[in-house]
Amino acid sequence: MSTMEPVKTSSGPGSPITEADLHAFVDQQLTPVRHAEVEQYLAARPDEAQRVQDWRQQNELLRGLLAPVLDEPLPLRLPLRRHATPLPWRALAAGLVIAALSAGTAWFARGAIDGSAARSGLAPGGAGAPSGELTGFAHRAAIAHGVYTPDGRRPVEVGADQEQQLVTWLSRRLGTPVKAPSLGGIGYALIGGRLLPGESGPVAQFMYQDGAAQRLTLYVTREAPKAAGQVQTAFRFGQEGPVNVFYWVDRNFGYAISSSAERQELMRVAQEVYRQLAPPETPR
Amino acid sequence: MRAQQEAEIVACIPSLRRYARGLTPDRERADDLVQDTLERAWGKFSMWQKRGAVRAWMFGIMHNLFIDRLRAQRSTPEDPAGDDLPEAPQRPTQSDRLEIADLDRALQRLPAEQREVLLLVAVEELTYREVASALGVPIGTVMSRLSRARERLRSELEGRALPARMQRVK
Repeated sequence: MSTMEPVKTSSGPGSPITEADLHAFVDQQLTPVRHAEVEQYLAARPDEAQRVQDWRQQNELLRGLLAPVLDEPLPLRLPLRRHATPLPWRALAAGLVIAALSAGTAWFARGAIDGSAARSGLAPGGAGAPSGELTGFAHRAAIAHGVYTPDGRRPVEVGADQEQQLVTWLSRRLGTPVKAPSLGGIGYALIGGRLLPGESGPVAQFMYQDGAAQRLTLYVTREAPKAAGQVQTAFRFGQEGPVNVFYWVDRNFGYAISSSAERQELMRVAQEVYRQLAPPETPR
Repeated sequence: MRAQQEAEIVACIPSLRRYARGLTPDRERADDLVQDTLERAWGKFSMWQKRGAVRAWMFGIMHNLFIDRLRAQRSTPEDPAGDDLPEAPQRPTQSDRLEIADLDRALQRLPAEQREVLLLVAVEELTYREVASALGVPIGTVMSRLSRARERLRSELEGRALPARMQRVK
């Protein structure tokens, strides 16, 4: 960690050698020029040179004394991440806080820094995060949203008037029961759904619209948990052009909700979708 | 969530433990200090803007906790904190044993503020400026504590046989 940073208490090149220079000499904190000057100074003064040598030896001894600590396994009680105890998954309010925080990560990961992320004070450290794992299906969800929602005539393959048929069909194709959450209570009516190719198999897309004909899609995939390498993730938020996406993994499914609505509105929808889709037998 | 900085914090843990062990030779107490430092660091994490290296920042947190503890200890005089023969982290060979115990004892006899500076400079290799900011003192104070610590250690260890392998260190 030490650098060639000049010591404030020492003087510039050519000026008299101070004791601070001697310490900085031992600790490798002098500029090369000053270092050479001190070396020259010490060559002619054996007493000072001995003192400096003793200090240097102290450094070595102290490092040697404490070095074994570095190799000890870290005790269990040390918290290695931000939340020592994971937030209860079902406490959605907490989940949404994470989502709000994760927003910065997702946006920076995409290189799309916007004002609200900057205002939230999130530094771009998240860019180095392993951000690819969930952007995969969330990315596909956003694209699918962008492709099908503007379609006036055939936004869906099977309409809401045949909801039972739609659900049966999608369940059969995905190989597991899926259902379209009922979002009428929060102002969204089901238009219908379609089957889409995912990364290696079928995925389902449900489409809804509100009273102002604003559309949102719910993308449901069984591929995400495997891709994410875990059976649950926090809520995350990302952006793909004008499309905002909330996504998460729970049990066997990855879910992504896409809309051009504000993040706040997506949170509201995500909350409701999560509430309806969470398996009742989930512990806690 | 700023995974890079989180990783930096985690990467600091071994050197935080090393530093804590230099401050407090009792292993349990040293890890108490590390644990509290980490908890505080994670708690403050979201508010932390890039003010400098993560490492120096963490040492600053530990310094504050350490000082708090010293104050608390001083009000319980039956606790002979620094006078015990400290437990050395490891004793590699029988012949080194005496020297390591001597060195550790001499280190523990230093006043706490000198011990902090010496360890941060000599072992953790922070720059003087980083030490000043971690401890919240002017750089001149860092230099004078360093100087006093080194001279005191020198006189304590004078005349004792140092391990042969250290004799020729350049």
